[in-house]
Amino acid sequence: MSAQENKQAVVSGGAWLAVLLVAAMIAAALYRFSNGLGAVTNLSDEVPWGLWIGVDVLAGVALAAGGFTIAGAVYIFNMKKYKPVARAAVLTAFAGYVVVSIGILFDIGKPMTLWHPLVMWQPHSIMFEVVVCVVLYTTVLALEFAGPFLEGTGSALAKTFTSRKVMVPLSIAAITLSFLHQSSLGALFLLMPSKLNHLWWTTMLPYNFFVSAIAAGLAMVSFEYVIASSVFKHECDMDILRGLAKGTAIALLVYFLLRVGDIMIKGNMGLIFADGAGKLFMLEMALVLIPMIMLFLASSSAQSAGAIFVPQMLVLVGIVLNRLDILFLVQLKDGASYSPSFVELIITLGLISAIVVAYRAAAIKLPIASPVRADN
Amino acid sequence: MEKGVLVDLTRCIGCRGCQVACKEWNERDVRKTTFKGDFTNPVKLSSDCYTNIQFVETEKKGKVGWSFIKNQCLHCKEPACAAACPVGALTKTAQGAVSYQFDKCIGCRYCMVACPFDIPKYEWESVSPWVQKCTFCAERIEDGLLPACIKTCPTETMLFDDYDKIVAEAKKRLAKEPGKYVKHIYGLEEAGGTNWLYISDIPFEELGFKKGIPSVSLPDYTWSVLSSIPAKVTGFVALLSAVAYFRGRGSQEEGSE
Repeated sequence: MSAQENKQAVVSGGAWLAVLLVAAMIAAALYRFSNGLGAVTNLSDEVPWGLWIGVDVLAGVALAAGGFTIAGAVYIFNMKKYKPVARAAVLTAFAGYVVVSIGILFDIGKPMTLWHPLVMWQPHSIMFEVVVCVVLYTTVLALEFAGPFLEGTGSALAKTFTSRKVMVPLSIAAITLSFLHQSSLGALFLLMPSKLNHLWWTTMLPYNFFVSAIAAGLAMVSFEYVIASSVFKHECDMDILRGLAKGTAIALLVYFLLRVGDIMIKGNMGLIFADGAGKLFMLEMALVLIPMIMLFLASSSAQSAGAIFVPQMLVLVGIVLNRLDILFLVQLKDGASYSPSFVELIITLGLISAIVVAYRAAAIKLPIASPVRADN
Repeated sequence: MEKGVLVDLTRCIGCRGCQVACKEWNERDVRKTTFKGDFTNPVKLSSDCYTNIQFVETEKKGKVGWSFIKNQCLHCKEPACAAACPVGALTKTAQGAVSYQFDKCIGCRYCMVACPFDIPKYEWESVSPWVQKCTFCAERIEDGLLPACIKTCPTETMLFDDYDKIVAEAKKRLAKEPGKYVKHIYGLEEAGGTNWLYISDIPFEELGFKKGIPSVSLPDYTWSVLSSIPAKVTGFVALLSAVAYFRGRGSQEEGSE
């Protein structure tokens, strides 16, 4: 198992660009810590939350949802077909959550006080729930990832950490914590019924975030599977890709019905034609419906990875757009404006690159890509 | 005893004495300002400016005039900012002030995004910034003094008293001169009620007051999510355990893992 067929260098070709961006991010981070938030970002009293909260946290957490979805499918629902992508999904989620934590460290005004929520409990705060979920779920992901890591290092403990009696409880914890965390990011905006357009604001927000995160997570797993197959030159298992396509399409259908049904019941359909926000809403829904139809069609018959790769990418774009829409619709009012500064961009690009580098290193050094065991 | 303030906008003459008194008492720095086309100065609240008087040109019965709006924290009865704060840095005191404890704050800025009135401001220029906003002069109230802005006001625009008496007085003034005041006490119901109330002779939406703020306690929305966590966790764990048990029976019988 430890003998990997993959003999590629950890850093080569395009990966150098990612390493370079990570280095630039570290420099930018030092600059941010020594000069303060206001000096290096374009944030203001009107727009206190910007690119880092939007992409690094809100979008990042949604895209990491493949971890609990696939682990749940494999270990709770016993769908063994997906075992070959389970470790990649957990790795993505783990790397994603570590990066989200680092992103939060950069974003809070007083990084040295990051530990405060752990001792100054405020159970009436959704943000407190968010912090607790990040801490607990990152721990669970680290434990889930311990299996492949120990296997890679040839440890005798590997067998314990990959056994059902460890993975099943961990998967239950992962789904439960992810439900709380994904939905809490939506619940953050429940306090703002007068600030967020009611095409987005609804008491269903927590559920909308959870269901759309499942679609985003499955799309991300498919996206990575296709990319990894091409980079590491192994065959795509079309059966897995078609299954993921079906899963994403079902999640999108549920999400579409929840959102549009809720808007219709509350009689808010008129808002679609009221202003520019209505057009954003229609774009979001197009990015749900178009890939949903493409994925349903592809789930039964697609013979090439491309037929699934393209709609799955549209799903990713749509969910990221949804998170950014909510974040900025709340803030960009009364002529307020915001565009990220150079340092903000470098840090976000660096964090994304860090995931790419970590993923690549793990895929090469550890048994990630083909964890199918003889006894499976 | 819970305190309140009634701001009667018909009485304000725009002298801005309150702005100066606030700056002095709270030892806020002065910033250079520039002429922006109206007489509001500073134009916006900031970490150094807890209160300002906004000059609004209005028209009443065909006559053009000025209205002067005193801006500051409205001290919500059930503050969204306090429900937002993950470390409990923002709290509602028994006297009605929404109070901020500097040493707890981590700088997540959720309070700023959550506030329906966009009141909390940030020390963006600082390397180790804090949130800043009107304190209701909580320590002055505790010592039996009036808040600095109210103490200095020459026209008794603001009336400070027990909250119940403030509400009664607002209703009394509206009933006494129905032709003068618009039929709305701003803050009586907005966001579930605020300890600062406003009455005016010009409709509030024309004066730039925030519209569409529901008359419910905003933290109720998030508490209904938070209070159901134990039930949701129990449900998820029970359901998933059952599924894992039944779906996994086969693999255990095979002894395959």
